[in-house]
Amino acid sequence: MIANFGYTDGSGEYYIMLDTDKCNGCGACVPACRAHILELRDNEYAPLAATKIVVVKDANRKRIKYDCAPCKPASAARALRCVTACKPGAIAHSW
Amino acid sequence: MAQEFWRWKEYTWRAPDISWTDGKIITGGVDVGSVSTQAVVMVDGEIYAYANMRTGSDSPDSARKAMNWALQDSDLTLDKIHYIVGTGYGRVNVPFAHKTITEIACHARGANYLYGPSVRTVLDMGGQDCKAISCDERGKVTAFVMNDKCAAGTGRGMEVFADLMQVPIEQLGELSLQVDKEPEPVSSTCVVFAKSEAVGLLRKGWRKNAVLAAYCNAMAHRVCTLLERISIQKDFAITGGIAKNVGVVTRLEKELGVQAIKPTFDTQIAGAVGAALLGKAIAEQEKK
Ligand code: SF4
Ligand code: SF4
Repeated sequence: MIANFGYTDGSGEYYIMLDTDKCNGCGACVPACRAHILELRDNEYAPLAATKIVVVKDANRKRIKYDCAPCKPASAARALRCVTACKPGAIAHSW
Repeated sequence: MAQEFWRWKEYTWRAPDISWTDGKIITGGVDVGSVSTQAVVMVDGEIYAYANMRTGSDSPDSARKAMNWALQDSDLTLDKIHYIVGTGYGRVNVPFAHKTITEIACHARGANYLYGPSVRTVLDMGGQDCKAISCDERGKVTAFVMNDKCAAGTGRGMEVFADLMQVPIEQLGELSLQVDKEPEPVSSTCVVFAKSEAVGLLRKGWRKNAVLAAYCNAMAHRVCTLLERISIQKDFAITGGIAKNVGVVTRLEKELGVQAIKPTFDTQIAGAVGAALLGKAIAEQEKK
């Protein structure tokens, strides 16, 4: 399953896309994120499976453009810490 | 008392031909939303009774009231229900629930039951947010995106407009379609700004129908951008209160070029139905 956490506003589309089939719940991305917006949770989207996945915290879903800004300097593309930390390649960003 | 144009009708329903005493497993689903609360009781996976009402200021109280109302005139009592799942924005406030499940999973499962297993895209237009969900033939979520940044395109926004236009909320959609030419959508998607924009248009001498058309148009457009993220596939179903607004639904279908399946039941109960069905699956899993 692809979970899109984030929003669209007048300036663009800001989503963190998590592929829950790839996420193994290892938790490596959680401390990697200096903005502390990721957390491990029961996979509530597949309630019968009882596995853990990473999600963007509820309070941060409406402001990830700002939370992630320090990781994304406008001047140069840089590898994102969350994406680099995730070995299975479960995390992607839309912007 | 002044007429309350935003106030939609609450109601309850019970299956005339189901006897709960014959049932092997009885489950319940309670969907506590920001605007409305639904309670559904299912006997062996068939809808036995439900109630749909406004959420009060006290969520645990709303959950209990809705459940009591669904069970009124029945000798089935809360303690005889084997498993109850709470869902929705206020899901942690269902004191008698055995488990809580996110409304995304519940809406997908509920739409699969109510509209049939051919549904691949579910758009839930609720009281305070919009969710677009892709699901498989078993009603399992395969992708989702949700927009909860503001109240435009939601039930709350419609209530505000019903009040502003002094038109009963059930008639807004129909009225908005009575225009010769489709006006430009209002530019604001935020309900507060959309409201002041609408006031401005009325002052300029626009008719109510035209202002409503401009608003419904903006709401439909906004939801389309949400759907683009998950790429819409047929069959397409709309759940939630706004599914009852033909003004938004018609414009949405036009912009997407896809017809939504026409519902034959209350579109607001999909989440609670899904909760009751997932409750059944969990209870059966636990028994094994
Ligand atoms: S881009 Fe940076 S701030 Fe945003 S989630 Fe990844 S690590 Fe955290
Ligand atoms: S690092 Fe990747 S696999 Fe591990 S929890 Fe984070 S998203 Fe999931």
